[in-house]
Amino acid sequence: MDLTFSPKELAFREELRGWLAENPPEPEPTQGGEDAHYAWRRDWQRRLYDAGWAAPGWPTEYGGRGATPTESAIYFEEIGRARVPFAANTLGLLLGGPTLMVWGTQEQKERYLPPILSAEEIWCQGFSEPEAGSDLASLKTRAVKDPAHPDEWVVTGQKVWTSGAQYSKWCMLVARTDGEAAKHKGLTYFLMDMEQEQVQVRPLRQITGEAEFNELFIEQARIPDANVVGGVGNGWKVALTTLMNERAGLGFALQIRLRQLLDDLVAAAAERGLLDDPRYADALAELHVRCESIRLLAWKGLTDAERYGQPGPEGSLVKWLWSDTNQRLTELAVEIIGPEALSAGSSWSYEFLRARGNTIEGGTTEVLKNIVAERVLGLPRLKVAV
Amino acid sequence: MDFGLTEDQRQIQSTARELLVARAKPERVREHAEAGTVDLELWAELCELGWPGIAIGEAHGGQGLGRIELSILCEELGRVLAPVPFLGSVLASTLIDHAGSELQRERWLPGLASGELTGAVGTLQGESAELVLGAEQAGVIVLLDGEGAARVLAAADAEITPVASIDPTRPTARVSASADAGEALGGDVAGGADRALVSISSELVGVCDRALEMTVAYVKDRRQFGVPVGSYQAVSHRCAQMLLETEKARATAAYAAWAADAEPESLPEAAAMAKAAAADAAREVTASAIQAHGGIGFTWEADVHWLFKRAQLDAALLGGAKAQRARLAGILADRLGASAPA
Repeated sequence: MDLTFSPKELAFREELRGWLAENPPEPEPTQGGEDAHYAWRRDWQRRLYDAGWAAPGWPTEYGGRGATPTESAIYFEEIGRARVPFAANTLGLLLGGPTLMVWGTQEQKERYLPPILSAEEIWCQGFSEPEAGSDLASLKTRAVKDPAHPDEWVVTGQKVWTSGAQYSKWCMLVARTDGEAAKHKGLTYFLMDMEQEQVQVRPLRQITGEAEFNELFIEQARIPDANVVGGVGNGWKVALTTLMNERAGLGFALQIRLRQLLDDLVAAAAERGLLDDPRYADALAELHVRCESIRLLAWKGLTDAERYGQPGPEGSLVKWLWSDTNQRLTELAVEIIGPEALSAGSSWSYEFLRARGNTIEGGTTEVLKNIVAERVLGLPRLKVAV
Repeated sequence: MDFGLTEDQRQIQSTARELLVARAKPERVREHAEAGTVDLELWAELCELGWPGIAIGEAHGGQGLGRIELSILCEELGRVLAPVPFLGSVLASTLIDHAGSELQRERWLPGLASGELTGAVGTLQGESAELVLGAEQAGVIVLLDGEGAARVLAAADAEITPVASIDPTRPTARVSASADAGEALGGDVAGGADRALVSISSELVGVCDRALEMTVAYVKDRRQFGVPVGSYQAVSHRCAQMLLETEKARATAAYAAWAADAEPESLPEAAAMAKAAAADAAREVTASAIQAHGGIGFTWEADVHWLFKRAQLDAALLGGAKAQRARLAGILADRLGASAPA
């Protein structure tokens, strides 16, 4: 056991921290709404890209630094610590790119990877549907070959929770290509061009009042056969690759943000003289224990997988514990901060409301518990009526 | 960064597990618990293997290994609820080793390392310390006064009255001594106490691990309404929660054991976190184990209650979860004060 970083890892952290200190993003725009905000994040990714920091975990042949998983985690910790925004094309960098690296053809890699990195082409994720949330494999969006153009697919259906859709060029789309096959087997993974009028994007306003996500209405959209990823009928496996990448890197940034939020809350409690009040002191110390447990479990999961090739149960546990802790933290903040935390537009009220989504997005806590029960503990699966 | 054990440490772990599975079977633990006796045969065997002295320096007759190795043994002994005076003894040797003078170390450590002598640690509340593990059998006793001071005394200099706790797998006693009995431990008592907390936390991790293992096996097997009860999410999700609590306790205890030797400046915080997490985890996990066992879990016949009882005693030992969190809040406040502009 050695819970220190190697000199190489420390040097990586120092280099990045130095670069971030000298190259901060422009100030966050206060006007211009969602579009201005997105342009700001796109500009930020271009700066990262120019300095070679857009995706250090990508192999050098694709424009990355070939950073180890530990270094990639350090990268996200530093991004979180510096309180800089996530790159505009985070879904392309974290999900789309790595999926193509596993399943894409040489042509696909050459065509799609460079503009992901440079933020020239933004990516979004078309997985969930109104009737296919946790039960993703039951999705209904259909893709059929056009009899008149056998090298083209025609797609119809509806997707939901598609963040960044209005800015995206490409959508990672999972659609049913075989209605007869078993539900996991009739799926195919496509790259769908968002710049066609058969794809309509409608913002989905969430409980915070803003619209991070969208709904997609797809009516006879066209996708060339060359944009199938990983083969027809293999979509479930390809989608799993995307989903496995979903939690890996971002988790480290979220973990650091939780830490920062807790530090802010401890400071706010001290200012109000509440850190000496045993009721608040106990609750804050409990959050501290949870925060540190998340950090330790996240690093344990990552380094065990890296060193021993065997990820433990940490992946699902970390996401579960993080989301639950962020909710508890922001609930306590409402009590410590007082009316300001319930005032519209305050940052604490935003954090408080946004936290409700944490236990739903990226795998609901209930699904995570099922995964832990069935795959880690080996408990029998509940037989559900179909 | 590497959370894994070394080859030697894994060897210690697997040897310990093998030995204890064979020698500390549930029926044997029950026999001793019901008779209120210590398993002297097992204890002799553990002493032969040098377990009590694993973290004591070679100069004092120990093996000179680290806190991680000691934690491995604590966890394995916790898993099987071994009815031996191991924990009390290593808590005492840890405090004497860390906070004692060279003379005190020379006087007590060789006996504690060989197991010829056993030790006990109590926290005074007023005149006496209550429910001190293994005090009646101990040759040496360390008394903490709860305000950062500690004394070491020969058992003969203390008044020891057996008082049974809810956990009969280890005998307990009331200890009182006159204010001038024994000698003060003049060194780093807090550092010794933090290292002691790490060992208790590791034992609790073992308790959690076993409770979860027994529960998972039971709910897979027990059928109601024609299906294993473990297929109901009300049950399976509670088991998942047990794993989450266990893994939190395991990660924080591992960090604290590592910090004790490799990064002592982090130890006060790490030890308080480990004990807070382990105490809460063990109480919750063993309570869930009883619940998931249903009616049988409430009977004397099922072995799950021994784990629940051990969890309560260990959780309270040297300060429970709330006491640890109060310390942590103090550490957070100090850190804030230190970082604030003067």
